[in-house]
Amino acid sequence: MKILNNPLQARNKEEIFSEEIRQDIDCWIAKYPPEWKQSAVMAALRIMQDDNGGWLTTELMDDVAEYLDMSPIHVYEVATFYSMYELKPVGKHKICICTNIACMINDSDSIVKHLKKKLEIGFGEVTEDGRFSLKEVECLGACGGAPMFQIGRKYYENLTPQVVDSILDGLE
Amino acid sequence: MTDELVTIEVDGRELKAKPGTMLIDVTDAAGINIPRFCYHKKLSVSANCRMCLVEVEKVPKPLPACCTPVNEGMKVSTRSPMALGAQKGTMEFLLINHPLDCPICDQGGECELQDVAVGYGSDVSRYSEAKRVVPQRDIGPLIATDFTRCIHCTRCVRFGAEIAGVRELGATGRGEHMTIGTFVEKSVDSEMSGNVIDLCPVGSLTAKPSRYKARAWELTQHDSVAPHDSVGSNIHVHTRNNRVVRVHPKENESINEIWLSDRDRFSYEGLNSEDRLTQPMVRKNGEWQEVEWQEALEFAVKGLQSAAGSDGDQLATLVSANSTLEELYLAQKLTRGMDSGNIDHRLRQSDFRLDGNDSPVPGLGITIQGIESLDAALLVGSNVRKEQPIIAHRLRKAAKSGAKVSFINPLWIDLHFEADQFVSTPAVMVDNLASIAKAASAKLTGNLAKLVKAAEVSETAKSVAEQLKSANNGVIMLGNQAAAHPDYSLLVVLASAIAEATNTSLSYIPALSNSVGAALAGALPHRGPAASLVEKCGANAQMMQSKPRKAYLLMGAEPGFDFWDPSLINSALDQAECVVALTAYHSESLASCADVMLPIAGFAETSGTLVNAEGTWQSFNGLVKPQGDARPAWKVLRVLGNLLDIDGFDQNSSDDVLEELKSHAAETAIDNSVSTKTAGELNSSTEGLYRIGDVPMYASDALVRRASSLQRTNSAEPAAVRLSANQAKSSDVEEEETLVVVQDGNRAQLPLIIDPRVPDGAVWISSALPGTEKLGGQFGVVTLEKA
Ligand code: SF4
Ligand code: FES
Ligand code: FES
Repeated sequence: MKILNNPLQARNKEEIFSEEIRQDIDCWIAKYPPEWKQSAVMAALRIMQDDNGGWLTTELMDDVAEYLDMSPIHVYEVATFYSMYELKPVGKHKICICTNIACMINDSDSIVKHLKKKLEIGFGEVTEDGRFSLKEVECLGACGGAPMFQIGRKYYENLTPQVVDSILDGLE
Repeated sequence: MTDELVTIEVDGRELKAKPGTMLIDVTDAAGINIPRFCYHKKLSVSANCRMCLVEVEKVPKPLPACCTPVNEGMKVSTRSPMALGAQKGTMEFLLINHPLDCPICDQGGECELQDVAVGYGSDVSRYSEAKRVVPQRDIGPLIATDFTRCIHCTRCVRFGAEIAGVRELGATGRGEHMTIGTFVEKSVDSEMSGNVIDLCPVGSLTAKPSRYKARAWELTQHDSVAPHDSVGSNIHVHTRNNRVVRVHPKENESINEIWLSDRDRFSYEGLNSEDRLTQPMVRKNGEWQEVEWQEALEFAVKGLQSAAGSDGDQLATLVSANSTLEELYLAQKLTRGMDSGNIDHRLRQSDFRLDGNDSPVPGLGITIQGIESLDAALLVGSNVRKEQPIIAHRLRKAAKSGAKVSFINPLWIDLHFEADQFVSTPAVMVDNLASIAKAASAKLTGNLAKLVKAAEVSETAKSVAEQLKSANNGVIMLGNQAAAHPDYSLLVVLASAIAEATNTSLSYIPALSNSVGAALAGALPHRGPAASLVEKCGANAQMMQSKPRKAYLLMGAEPGFDFWDPSLINSALDQAECVVALTAYHSESLASCADVMLPIAGFAETSGTLVNAEGTWQSFNGLVKPQGDARPAWKVLRVLGNLLDIDGFDQNSSDDVLEELKSHAAETAIDNSVSTKTAGELNSSTEGLYRIGDVPMYASDALVRRASSLQRTNSAEPAAVRLSANQAKSSDVEEEETLVVVQDGNRAQLPLIIDPRVPDGAVWISSALPGTEKLGGQFGVVTLEKA
């Protein structure tokens, strides 16, 4: 709840983001009543994350806070709550593997083991060449195709180590 | 909603309540206990801890009492097997990740979790797996954190958002990984931050200064009154072995509610400072020597008598308005008993041209609680948030419910509510107010009529005047920087005329804990007890310094830090023949100019009375023994009075003194009337670089200046020269450069900080800080030189 009654201290909104980004965020702000423009925080964070190669820095979150007249901690809360936001660098392909109950029963463990071995990284890590990163996530709502993972915006279901190999090999 | 009450039944008892009230509020009012952690009567309902589950008839599952509205015929049971089972279950879950380290926890013995666990929990834990641990975090010198103990009630988070007005703490992460903190390395800087210590139901947030100093059950609790700002917050002082260990707020809905500013909470540390003067001291042949009371008193009396001689006018008494009513009353009685009218408590004022036509007992004029129901307020020369945090909190509530608040200030201030700020150099502040006066068609005469006529009416002035006019309940408040303004008299008369024209009221925010009391006690050159005008007017604080007297009596004031113009008071004291100082501290500033230093009791060591901004008299007892050989100041004054052979110094207790004053002033109320419509010429100018010297929050009096933890906070910044980027450029100086400030021939070396809060044409150099104790007035022209 930042109070902008001190124009000398506040940055001009135009200075915070580029024209393009502003248009994008403003379009989300317009979807809510003016006094609830903070509701655009999730969209704004997503836009900034995409723009920054898949992850958010503290500075970017501070910028979002300033742009939406929120206190920075409020934005940190949102960014740390949702697992779609990354606060550390990620690989070009972010593999989000579900280990929740349906996937677990269908042996997601073996998929995890396979991935870790193949990529030589653990959860939260990035391969040396920067191509892949691995993340453990909760149910993605695709239990019917368990075990599953998500890479980028795409779901891959009914995984086996062989299927995983062919998927990963097929990515650039 | 109708006003009709509904009837509900709780544990077989019939209760009446307004429909829609939360069940927990109804049971609390009826004295039925329901356990809770996240619910707090002063905060919004978050209903996340689930400790308050109760059984409601016809509802299959237990319901949380803190967010269940009551309705007709509801049957509640707080102790049924279902309710007890739910409570016990919640308790078990809450304790799963709690470290149970009560033996090393400062909260132990006064912990809500401990208490509720005893009442509602199980006696053995079934949980044998690993518990989570949260790494230590440093959030500043006032609050110790042990977030491993946190139960995620979010009271501290809601406090920031809803009360302090700055969201500093938050809950990041989720599920088992959720932690409270600042996320980035940062201290919590709100001027009310300490309240989270009281709110936290566990030992996750505790007071750092009193950490490991005592267990709760070893402390004795006493009632008292906070000694800094003019709110007079009610406090509980906790003592052990004759020492003040900590200070907590005491609930008083009409004054501080349940809150306390950090200054009031942590300043007690200054009591045990190494600077305490514990033995009377006199200067013999230029050397300071510790002596017995008898000798010191005789020395003082002889000194005063021979210096003042038969000419009463040679005695000047300057007293701090943080002294008690009793002390102030005796000080003026003693001064007048020596045939002198020279007594003043307005040490931070320089413009006294209004004396005689001034408000007899300046104060809020409304109640502190009443601030909340204002619908318009114009504050002149006030950084209310730092100077009077509780008043700012009430104003914030008013603003949140729609009041229009504006400020006319010499600096931009950080606020926690929506307000318009008109910032300008001191001279232009007067113009700004004149412009509002013109827009409001205020009636003025003489000089001021001319000034108003010449003023331009800006759009902003019009809108402020309009806001005040259309308000049912509006005020114009004069703050601490208005009182220190070189044109205070102009500001007061303009403000009072605007108030009259807009049908609002004039209000003063007194600076110190007993500023109102000082007026009632008669610690003024032109007004005696009960603020009645005296026949022969004495010299005011300014005159006592600019025309040096031979004898000075100082009480509770340090020349370098408590006066408007330190260089002026120092030179006056240097020329004097005898300077007697009643002081709790042995300070450099006094030792260099006094001849006798008499050690007096500090806060919590003496009984007395303070009158707050709204005019409420609050008495308290001495709680711990004064340190060393220090004595309550009223006793010292009484003995001095006797030794000086003045009549009427035979009181046996501070109560006797109070009774005596009451016989004059018990009925005297706050009176903000101003009996003139004009004032003198403008003193402040737009020529040259004009100094703005505020008094920083943690430099406002001798006690807080020695409170070590407060002095380590970010709010206690060292002295500096602050300029706007524009001004720095035109003065040809650069950030971080060391500059020499020259004011009336006095010099001080200070670093330069570029600060956008300063208007062009002005330089912000706070007073009352080490480094500025040799400079001139709080306001005035200065020049800057390269070091
Ligand atoms: S730190 Fe204390 S007040 Fe804050 S959420 Fe944790 S338990 Fe509640
Ligand atoms: S449990 Fe894996 S998608 Fe639902
Ligand atoms: S007190 Fe009701 S849920 Fe916490």
